[in-house]
Amino acid sequence: MFKDIEHLVRLAAVMAIALIAFATMRALVVPRSFGEYGHYRGDAIAEIAARPVAFAGHDVCEACHIDVVEQKKQGKHVVVPCEACHGAQAKHADDPASVKPAKLDTAVVCARCHEANSAKPKGFPQVATADHAGGLACDICHQPHRPKIETPAATKPATEGKK
Amino acid sequence: MDITRRRLLLLLPAAAVAWKYVQAGTPETAPNYKMTEHWWAMLIDIPKCIGCGSCVRACAEENDVPEGYYRTWIERYHVADWRIERPDVESPDGGKQGFPPSEIGGKNFFVPKLCNHCAESPCTQVCPVGATFVTPDGVVLVDKSYCLGCRYCVQACPYGCRFINPKTNTAEKCSLCYHRITKGLTTACCEVCPTGARQLADLKNPKDPIHEFLRTHTVQVLKPHMATGAKVFYNGMDGSVR
Repeated sequence: MFKDIEHLVRLAAVMAIALIAFATMRALVVPRSFGEYGHYRGDAIAEIAARPVAFAGHDVCEACHIDVVEQKKQGKHVVVPCEACHGAQAKHADDPASVKPAKLDTAVVCARCHEANSAKPKGFPQVATADHAGGLACDICHQPHRPKIETPAATKPATEGKK
Repeated sequence: MDITRRRLLLLLPAAAVAWKYVQAGTPETAPNYKMTEHWWAMLIDIPKCIGCGSCVRACAEENDVPEGYYRTWIERYHVADWRIERPDVESPDGGKQGFPPSEIGGKNFFVPKLCNHCAESPCTQVCPVGATFVTPDGVVLVDKSYCLGCRYCVQACPYGCRFINPKTNTAEKCSLCYHRITKGLTTACCEVCPTGARQLADLKNPKDPIHEFLRTHTVQVLKPHMATGAKVFYNGMDGSVR
């Protein structure tokens, strides 16, 4: 019956070798964690999560700068997180002695939020900085952590601007 | 030392354990973080946004976003009184340096945008190699070591949130600061937002204030007709927003 079976055996051998080669290649090429959670490399999640952070978060700042927290509590800037103005400070938080944050130019930093623009919410305090301060730095009059000016002797509110 | 049959049999299990350890690779960086216990989203309160650009700058710094590309950006809408269907939308430098004075009259407002971290994300469905995916905690991420840079996902995203990073030539997008939220921090954009217009939210956390907010406010997502399962919720969104 199986008279000339020899060539079938040869074909089966070739197919077996091809199958083994495929399995070996697949094992080598497909990353080990592929398919762990879905059709992707499961290790990628841990790799992305391992990136270092640049912004420390205001909780970290407030652990040391208690005096500033107290100041901010007295004014409306209590809701403004530290790094909104001071920039990314994770390096400073890791090594406070050698990495010092740069001094801010209030004429630039304050205007980012408070420059008048009709697209801003109506209740948000806004000024046209050129008219309001005439190029002076904001911290000449305002304390950035507690910006409202409270001078009992003043006859009119200082926030009205200077002529 | 001669390798006798007895010694070899003793060595084999030890080698197997060692090999398992090698295979495990680098250990998890945030051991207390459990992916199955979170489902991340974001809340954007449009009436609170002042268009200061802090979020755009913070995102670029935190995530090393190349100049001229944005993982998050702010759009300014100007809707003239007589044509609500055709708003004027602009986003100079993604709103990174704030905005020039707005037109007087009509309606003007800012809309911060970012990846919507869709539950049924069109971008992950078109990836031919499995380089982008939705994590078990609901964040759409890109595996840049696996991405071919074929740009299918850039075209598929209905919100225009993806781009090809010119340095790596791979797809890039907002990662919802996955490296921060898994460490218990909020995203860089939410961290620096001075008015609280952006809030990171965990929909699986019953104590998250998002649930109360969603109950008591009229909240929308972008392009709901596309059924993407977008998870960036906008409060106070005008009908003209696209």
